Amino acid sequence: MYRDARLGVAELDVIVLVKQVPNTAEVKIDPRTGTLMREGVESIINPDDLHALEAGLRLRESHGGRVTAVSMGPPQAMDALREALGMGADAAVLLTDRAFAGADTLATSYTLGKCIRKLGRFDLVVAGHQAIDGDTAQIGPQVAEYLDVPQVIRATRLEVRDGELHAERTHEDGVEAVRCALPALVTVTREANKPRYPYIPRLMAAFDPNAPIKTWGPKDIGADERLIGLKGSPTQVQKTFTPKLEKKVEKLSGQPAEMARALVGRLKERRLA
Amino acid sequence: MAVWVEKDDCAGCETCVEACPLGAISMRDGLAIIDEKCNSCGACVESCSTGAIKSDAAAAKADTSQYRDVWIVAETRHGRVRPCTLELLGCGRGLANALDQRLCAVLAGKEVKGFAADMAEHGADVVYVMEDAGLEEGRTLPHARAITDAAREKKPAVVLFSATPFGRELAPRVSRRLGTGLTADCTELGIDGATKNLLQTRPAWGGNLMATIYSPDSRPQMSTVRPGVMKALPREPGRKADIVGLKVNLKAEDARLQVVELKKGLRKKVDLTEAKIIVSGGNGVGSKEGFKLLEELAAVLGAEVAGTRIAVEEGWITADRQVGQTGQSVCPDLYIACGISGAIQHRSGMAGAKTIVAINTDPNAPIFQIADIAVNADLFKVVPELIAALRARGDEC
Ligand SMILES: Cc1cc2nc3c(=O)[nH]c(=O)nc-3n(C[C@H](O)[C@H](O)[C@H](O)COP(=O)(O)OP(=O)(O)OC[C@H]3O[C@@H](n4cnc5c(N)ncnc54)[C@H](O)[C@@H]3O)c2cc1C
Ligand SMILES: Nc1ncnc2c1ncn2[C@@H]1O[C@H](COP(=O)(O)O)[C@@H](O)[C@H]1O
Repeated sequence: MYRDARLGVAELDVIVLVKQVPNTAEVKIDPRTGTLMREGVESIINPDDLHALEAGLRLRESHGGRVTAVSMGPPQAMDALREALGMGADAAVLLTDRAFAGADTLATSYTLGKCIRKLGRFDLVVAGHQAIDGDTAQIGPQVAEYLDVPQVIRATRLEVRDGELHAERTHEDGVEAVRCALPALVTVTREANKPRYPYIPRLMAAFDPNAPIKTWGPKDIGADERLIGLKGSPTQVQKTFTPKLEKKVEKLSGQPAEMARALVGRLKERRLA
Repeated sequence: MAVWVEKDDCAGCETCVEACPLGAISMRDGLAIIDEKCNSCGACVESCSTGAIKSDAAAAKADTSQYRDVWIVAETRHGRVRPCTLELLGCGRGLANALDQRLCAVLAGKEVKGFAADMAEHGADVVYVMEDAGLEEGRTLPHARAITDAAREKKPAVVLFSATPFGRELAPRVSRRLGTGLTADCTELGIDGATKNLLQTRPAWGGNLMATIYSPDSRPQMSTVRPGVMKALPREPGRKADIVGLKVNLKAEDARLQVVELKKGLRKKVDLTEAKIIVSGGNGVGSKEGFKLLEELAAVLGAEVAGTRIAVEEGWITADRQVGQTGQSVCPDLYIACGISGAIQHRSGMAGAKTIVAINTDPNAPIFQIADIAVNADLFKVVPELIAALRARGDEC
């Protein structure tokens, strides 16, 4: 953190982790085969990550400093980073290389962690709570562990005061107010804020070849080739399958009252009512 | 860290400082410290005579035969063992039998010894007890330290956590520290007969695709397991286990995150994951008024009310009652979906319900693909009749 003792201000270096994902809202299920129909599905910034960007930008607006968006993915993930710049991020890094491909969460967290170390100082890493394609919610805590910093998961409010992070996070039975020293990592959900739209001139500028987006491979971040991508992933997918829809659907018919009585009967048979 | 120094094992000999090609290791207080110049090349790991330098790469090629036993990490909340912990024991019992190894429950907390008998009566052969004032409920850092240290010492083959908010926050830190794989939110676990690997099945793509995942070379094999899916074993009174106390060595840095306040009142306590019956509504319910009808049905059935994202966005129900990909994953005995289309993001959170009743005016609504009982009708006509029929039945008894 850059501190100006005279002015009493502290600037924040914020890193936001952004993943590009297929828009699952557009993914349809083939009603005959039960498989996913992915053709022509657009790529978007993972919804939670828009809230992560918004959280990072707001902190910068109240404290000064920089927001750097980092993404690991195929070359087209550049679009997600351009959108991040359009929203107001100062700089971005795209981690892209064939050797990164096939990474599970352990290899992904190593790669993102290495990149953050390479970027140098940081006060706060903000990530989305979970990605909609993998649904693991593991990257945030694993990156925090790699960087050896505390984590606030599912933060709904964050604020930096006197060099400390003050946050609220949702809990199963309430909201918990927590506090920790910086540096730290937080993950946010869509309860955290309302993301801004990209500012069009800035978005256009992000397409300029001189836009502040770096493209890095394993060597640039000093990554060990054995720990990235498929090679660095202890978990392997043995098989995928569509869940069997073997359930026998029973269709009730008749007038509402008849259906209601039939339904109560069925619930009774199943000892559910 | 990809390469790190186990401080307790470091002899301070400085061999690694010379071995490091990048000059990334220095000595502080007589112990080796690895800084960010490290690229995990592993030269220091080989040079270290006391085995104090560890790396993920080494863990990735673990000698799997050295790892034995199935561990389940118990979770307590408000001073009680959560039901999902007993489910983990039930699931772990089957795995331990298939491996012909022991089932061990890990109890870490401020005061948890008293639960050891519960663990035994629900299937554990061994209970590891770790007590320390710093092991407060829901604190990730101290629990991660305690569990990682215990796993390094005892070398379990399998470690299971509940996929509760806490479990899903804790397990990734433990996996990162151990350098092992972790599979999130599993709904099915088994042992491969030939290789004895743990086969971990989980929904992906909002439940439309299932993936079976395994970790052939890394140990322990770790998963978080969705609450409500596995079966707890019936209590076997008097069943005994070996109760083993383990040392806890927390560090000052484990208390970096301080909980200032728990504002309980802000949210009504709803834990849909433990609900047996859920009455859920979507866009078809149309209004807050409409949800009154569902609340009435829920009251008759002793159920919780939940809904889709649209219902939350419209303000008809609170956000903590949302079911689905970005809400809670639920697994009740009965899920009554009223005016819900069954978008994949919603289905992913409820497709595991044991009995699904769908009430929808559109015969082609995807919710009917996963329903057990399909009621193709207007919910405003059917639900009042249903309430009446249930009440009438109540009067008979
Ligand atoms: C990233 C992402 C995450 C998401 N996460 C979630 C999530 O966690 N949970 C979630 O629920 N959604 C989630 N969604 C939204 C999801 O895609 C759907 O938009 C949502 O589930 C649809 O809600 P619905 O079924 O209430 O509404 P609709 O799709 O509008 O369906 C309403 C249904 O009610 C029926 N109906 C209307 N009137 C009546 C009547 N009188 N009687 C009976 N039936 C009637 C209609 O036929 C229709 O089928 C997410 C979306 C995205 C993109
Ligand atoms: N490849 C990636 N590049 C950048 N950030 C990522 C990547 N994968 C995951 N993340 C971040 O981690 C969060 C949780 O992802 P997951 O653990 O996959 O559910 C996302 O919302 C992102 O903020």
